Amino acid sequence: MSIDATARSDSPADSPAASLAPSRRATARRYGALRPDWRPLASFGALLALWFAAHHLGWIAAKYLPSPLAVVERLMSEIRTGTILDDLQETLRRNLSGLAIGAAAGLALGALLGISTLVGRIVGPTVLAQRQTALFAWVPLLAMWFGGGDTGKIAFIAVAAFQPVVIGTWRGISLVPATYRELSDVLLLSRWNYIRLVAVPSALPMIFTGLHGALIYAWLATVGSELFLNISPGLGGRLNQGSQLFEIDLLFLAILLFGLIGLGYNTLAERAEALLVRWNSR
Amino acid sequence: MNAPFAAPSPAPAPHARRPALDIRNVSKAFVVNGEAIEVLSNISLAVEAGAFVSIVGASGCGKSTLLRLILGLDRDYAGEIRLDDRPVDGPGPERAIVFQEHRLLPWLTVEANVGAALLHSGLDKAMRRRAVAEHLELVGLEAFAKAYPAQLSGGMAQRVAIARALANRPRFLLLDGPLGALDALTRLRLQEELKRIVAHEGSTALLVTHDVDEAVYLGHVVVVLHPRPGRIAAVLPVPEEARSDRSSPAFVALRDRVLELLGVTRRTG
Ligand SMILES: Nc1ncnc2c1ncn2[C@@H]1O[C@H](COP(=O)(O)OP(=O)(O)OP(=O)(O)O)[C@@H](O)[C@H]1O
Ligand SMILES: [Mg+2]
Repeated sequence: MSIDATARSDSPADSPAASLAPSRRATARRYGALRPDWRPLASFGALLALWFAAHHLGWIAAKYLPSPLAVVERLMSEIRTGTILDDLQETLRRNLSGLAIGAAAGLALGALLGISTLVGRIVGPTVLAQRQTALFAWVPLLAMWFGGGDTGKIAFIAVAAFQPVVIGTWRGISLVPATYRELSDVLLLSRWNYIRLVAVPSALPMIFTGLHGALIYAWLATVGSELFLNISPGLGGRLNQGSQLFEIDLLFLAILLFGLIGLGYNTLAERAEALLVRWNSR
Repeated sequence: MNAPFAAPSPAPAPHARRPALDIRNVSKAFVVNGEAIEVLSNISLAVEAGAFVSIVGASGCGKSTLLRLILGLDRDYAGEIRLDDRPVDGPGPERAIVFQEHRLLPWLTVEANVGAALLHSGLDKAMRRRAVAEHLELVGLEAFAKAYPAQLSGGMAQRVAIARALANRPRFLLLDGPLGALDALTRLRLQEELKRIVAHEGSTALLVTHDVDEAVYLGHVVVVLHPRPGRIAAVLPVPEEARSDRSSPAFVALRDRVLELLGVTRRTG
């Protein structure tokens, strides 16, 4: 992702040597996105085989390790008669609400920090300090402010999403090449047109890096909030239920769902990034 | 040597009018590692409205710096720069520049790049669109309005940059070696276009170039700078004959004179 940032800062100069390497890399990535890579499935398959073996050969007691088939069965029964789909929906709703709030706030404050040196000087250090705070240190405070229910959870997810977005946007916008800033001055662009036509497109690779980070952080925070705050409908609640009632198949199902959704988010972000790189190096 | 110079207009009318651009005793220093280094020293130059002034000088002698001062991008200098008898204080719509590299925004189409120059003009959308189309036609790129800069050749991109600079009908056109990066053939063609367009728009033009032929062929006057610090060595009027025919004796003589001033010795014959 830092590659894209370099490509951007080189592009005004447009020297053939500077633009050749990044564009070739972009092309490679573009084709990479089209041809699916099956190799990761090998390790996945191996793990599955190991799991089967561990359960069926009795390496680990069934109490601690369910059969993969039991997990699939549990999924089926949950879908037919249980609440797992509702839980999943609750979790995703919470996740996306927090993500939207945090990312929007991060974009707004990051843009402000990047554009106004004064704001950068006053608020910037606080934002950097906030980033150094371990994410989960916020949980008790947010629980006090917003309660342990839905609001508190969403607030925590929003804080998690906010951090990478504000940093990426801030850096991206304050690193707009001087040549483009000079051009904007000469063209007498208004502040709004400067943001719209120059700063944001130029900062887009870094903003995107921030959003990608936010997607992952927000997901981690979703899991965390559902485990550490009040139990309420959601995948995290089921995870707790699984461990407290010793329903090992449910526990595994919840973990797998968390993992799969995280994986899905990451793939989505990578796809979007491939598109962005293509758009940017067009 | 640094006496103010009134460049002759294309139609000889050397009245004592106020110069459109008046640079008076301009000196500029940059502070590098705590040490002030003089880049421009006592530059004085008066340019009549409608004149085409070529500026030549060694690399690093302060040509781009001078253009930045005229644009109002840098106001930290000694002396005075007046446009239409008013001191320059910042960029304005009556001045436009074509940078050495095209400096198009890669994420905007050709027409959006040109249109960006009109956002401040107060024209409504339809008028802006018409102005963009007109100027793309002027540089022969109307078919590429929807293309992106990366889909253009270097010469085409530079023509878009010229269209962008002209779109707002600036009275002052600053050209910072815009054709320098092009191959000889494209350069010759664009020189013709530039000459035609500037005459057509009636703007006052300042062209920085390393190409002495280009300076003589396009300028009504050639300003030769000497380096370290940048100062005016000579201001040479270009005879009409030299401007119209690259193989005329007047052209050859003036070119050799400029080369000599630049320290390139040249035997005639
Ligand atoms: N921001 C700056 N800080 C310090 N020195 C600078 C700065 N900008 C330019 N200079 C110096 O001023 C001198 C003139 O630079 P300038 O870009 O005006 O030269 P130029 O005549 O346009 O050269 P070229 O023909 O190579 O484009 C150079 O020696 C350069 O190192
Ligand atoms: Mg220069």
